[in-house]
This record gives sequence, C-alpha cells and structure tokens, in this order.
Amino acid sequence: MTTKNMTMLDDFLVRAGLAGIGTALAAAPLGCFVVWRRMAYFGDATAHAALLGVAMSLAFQGPIMLGVLAAALAMAILVQTLSGRGLAEDTLLGVLAHSALAIGLVAVSFLSGARLDLMGYLFGDILAVNVFDLALIWGGAAVVIALLAWRWQRLLTATLNPDLAQASGISFRTEQMVLTVALALTVAVAIKAVGALLIGALLIIPPAAARPLARTPEAMALITAAIGSGAAIAGLGASFQFDTPTGPTIVCVAAAFFCASALVARLRA
Amino acid sequence: MRLITATGLTLQQAGKTVMRDVDMHIDQGEIVTLVGPNGSGKSTLVKGLIGAIKPLSGNVETMRGIRIGYVPQSLHMDGLLPLTVSRFLCLPNRHSKDAMARALTEAGVPDLAKAQMRTLSGGQFQRVLLARALLMSPDLLILDEATQGLDQPGAADFYRKIEHVRSHLNCAVLMVSHDLHVVMAASDRVLCLNGHVCCEGTPEVVQGAPEYQALFGTGDSGAFAIYRHQHDHHHHHDHDHEEHDHA
Repeated sequence: MTTKNMTMLDDFLVRAGLAGIGTALAAAPLGCFVVWRRMAYFGDATAHAALLGVAMSLAFQGPIMLGVLAAALAMAILVQTLSGRGLAEDTLLGVLAHSALAIGLVAVSFLSGARLDLMGYLFGDILAVNVFDLALIWGGAAVVIALLAWRWQRLLTATLNPDLAQASGISFRTEQMVLTVALALTVAVAIKAVGALLIGALLIIPPAAARPLARTPEAMALITAAIGSGAAIAGLGASFQFDTPTGPTIVCVAAAFFCASALVARLRA
Repeated sequence: MRLITATGLTLQQAGKTVMRDVDMHIDQGEIVTLVGPNGSGKSTLVKGLIGAIKPLSGNVETMRGIRIGYVPQSLHMDGLLPLTVSRFLCLPNRHSKDAMARALTEAGVPDLAKAQMRTLSGGQFQRVLLARALLMSPDLLILDEATQGLDQPGAADFYRKIEHVRSHLNCAVLMVSHDLHVVMAASDRVLCLNGHVCCEGTPEVVQGAPEYQALFGTGDSGAFAIYRHQHDHHHHHDHDHEEHDHA
C-alpha cells in the first residue's frame, strides 16, 4: 500500500477473490444443469481428464488452459460416444474418471519436477493467479454464460423430456453437445482456482444448496451464483485467517451453505 | 390438407425392430387412433412421427412449419428442477399471462398457474400438459396414453375436453390408448398395430376385422359393442319416439 501506482489488481488477495467469483459464476448455471440432468459423475470424469491436459500442456509447453480444454472436451465426447453401449452409465463413468486421473498422474510424473506443482493442479492455486489468468477466467466465464443464456429455453425443454423437445423441433443431441462444450470450458476456467479434484464439488454443491430456496430454474441459477461467489470470498478469507489450503476451504464453506439450506428447507416443511 | 405422411417407415429401438413398413397419414381436423397390445410399437411409432427416432428405412414427411402439440405418456418430475406451472407452459416458447390463463382454463385447471409441477396430482398433471400443447395452437395434437393414471370418469372427461379442443382449434388429433371402447368410438380412423399395421379403417371396420379380434379377443370388443350399443339404442329410441309421434 506504500507504492503510489499500486492498482487494485496488484493485490494477490483481490486477484484471488475475482478469480473465485469468476469461477463460481461460470459454474453456477452449468452446475444447475449437472444437477437437473444427473450428470454429477459426468462432470467428475471431465474434470479428472483436466490433469491429462495439464501434462500435455507442460510437455508441449503450451498454455495450460488450452491443454485442459482439449482434454476435457475429448473426455466429454468419449463419454457420450461410449454411453448406452452396454455398460451401466455409472460404471462407465467410474472407469473413465479414475483412469483419466491415474493416466494424468503418471503422465505428469514423466515431466521434471521443477516445472510442476502437482498439488496446485489437483487442488487449485488461487493465490497464485496473475492478471493474465484472471482475464482467461473471466473471458471463459463470459463465454460459458453467454452460451447457456442463448440456449436456455431449449436446454430446459430438452432437460424436461427429450421427446417433448423433439416435438417442438429441438434436437436433444445438439443441446447435449452445447452442455458438453460448456462443461469443458468451465473445467478449463476452474482448474486454476480449485484444481481438477474439486471442480466437481464446485459444480454440484452450490446448486444443491440453492435448490430448496428456488421456485423457478432462473431463480435457482441466480441463487447458485450467489452461494458460489459467497463461498469463494468467505473461503478465501477463512483460508487466509486459519492458514488452510484455499481450494478445499472454499469447498468447505460451500458445504456449510448446503447444510444451512437443507436445515432451512427442513424447518419450513 | 395432409399434415404428416409416413412411407415404408421401419423403426428400431435398442437395436430391435419394433415397427416395420408403416404407411400412414394424418389429415387436418381428423382424429386418428393407434391401438395395439403392450409392446406393439405404438409409442415407438409416435416417436418416429415426431422425429425423436431416426427411421431405419422409409421416411416421414411433415407439412412445412407444422406445429405439433405433444402430450407424452409420462413426464418424470423428480423435484430437482424447480418449476412452476406457468414457467413450464413457457417451454420452449414464451406466452403472455392471458394466453396461459386461457389455456389452463380450457384444459380445466384454471387455478394452478403458480403451483409447483411436482406437487400436481396425476389428473392435474395431464391437464397441464394438455394446456401446454394447446398454447402452441397446434396443427396436430398428439396424445400418447394421455389418460394413464386417470380413473374412468376422469378419462371420459379428458376425452370430452379433447373433442371440444378439436372442434375449437380445428386441429388433427393422434391418440394412443388402451381405453379402446371410449377412444375408438371418438375416432375417425383407427390403426391397429402389432409390430406393423394389422388393419385400419373406421372404428366399425377395425372392430369387425379378424386381425383386431385376434389381438383383443372378445373382451374389449365386448365393451366396445356395449358403448356402440348405447348409441344404437339411443337412435333406436329416437326412432321409436318418432313412430310414436306418427301414431
């Protein structure tokens, strides 16, 4: 605070806070669809593939987010191609999610340790976010939100019932693909803030907490965004206060929101 | 005007051919009914007609810009998605409050706009689905086992509503149902299905067809006969009455 030309973004805590909010905003509407369509495992498999993307980026010395985006997209498309071909859905997703994580860990081990902070990619390293990361996070979040807002009515109809959508000229497969792309983008946006292992938590817990408080899909998405952002800020503060790892602390706060909302729902019923 | 034409339509579901070589069409304003035993491919055919299943061979031609109001067999609402009735009616196309109120009244559930979808009873749910279909001002209204879960008076009431809607909107109606005696009597044409079209024609023709009787035996056609008989009796009674007047 002593330097006169120090701007707000020079403060690492402010950058971390903005990164957390950007990630929460991208995850909010998508997380709602993940909950509504029972895609939790699908989200996990896609997020776990992110580590493989990190390894690829490091090997080819490309930008991390691009590698993560490519790996997440490839995994999401693989899941869609393989689903409905005999194996039960949860088994298939379990196989793919854990394999992707293991292959990612092995691939990363081939790379020299100096360049790599494995924990950072598994659980996020939000305090190390720089201005360039911040631009990517907010840019990616804007794309995800714009994409979902554009397709909102169609996505909701397809979520309700595929045949109902088809009768109105809405292709279930197209909308599924829209969600897949949005999911891959969100994983790429979130890897820096919460890491590959906790992206799933950020997708599921805030909408689950918002559900009892909402009467319409739009309200649920907005409440989810508020809860996610709140968890990011409060988690950041708590981790600073208690010197705990930031990504997991954010998820802990989100989980506390979930308990509170479940309690409220219980008391009202 | 011809709304929809299927030619040589063969459909598969889960790798199994469930419908083969169907030729059928629906014209403006007519009520067509699909009957057939369980697993005879009725719902599959409907899904083929709306384009939810890609045909293995053959094709479906629909009128340009056709509006289809579809009332599915069931709609699973598990409570994860918060949805009021009025929000549901606006999927995928938004409508004015007035239009929604009119559709709900037409469907017989005027007071439900603000209710949550998952709190509705079976009968209310089906009527809300009907209201949604009506809001599309459909050229073709498709009802797939729409009275499932309704009791007999509820089903009869529902069909009266459909008849009213049809005359009001002048739309065609395609129905799939088990309530043979009620549904068939209200139809212009009936297609009897069992993996293919066994027989088709007016309700009387289908009822008399040996293929139909082989599938449904005498039980259902008995019920059908009773229904028709009441009609006959009614006419007969009128006739008596006239004779009486003459006398």
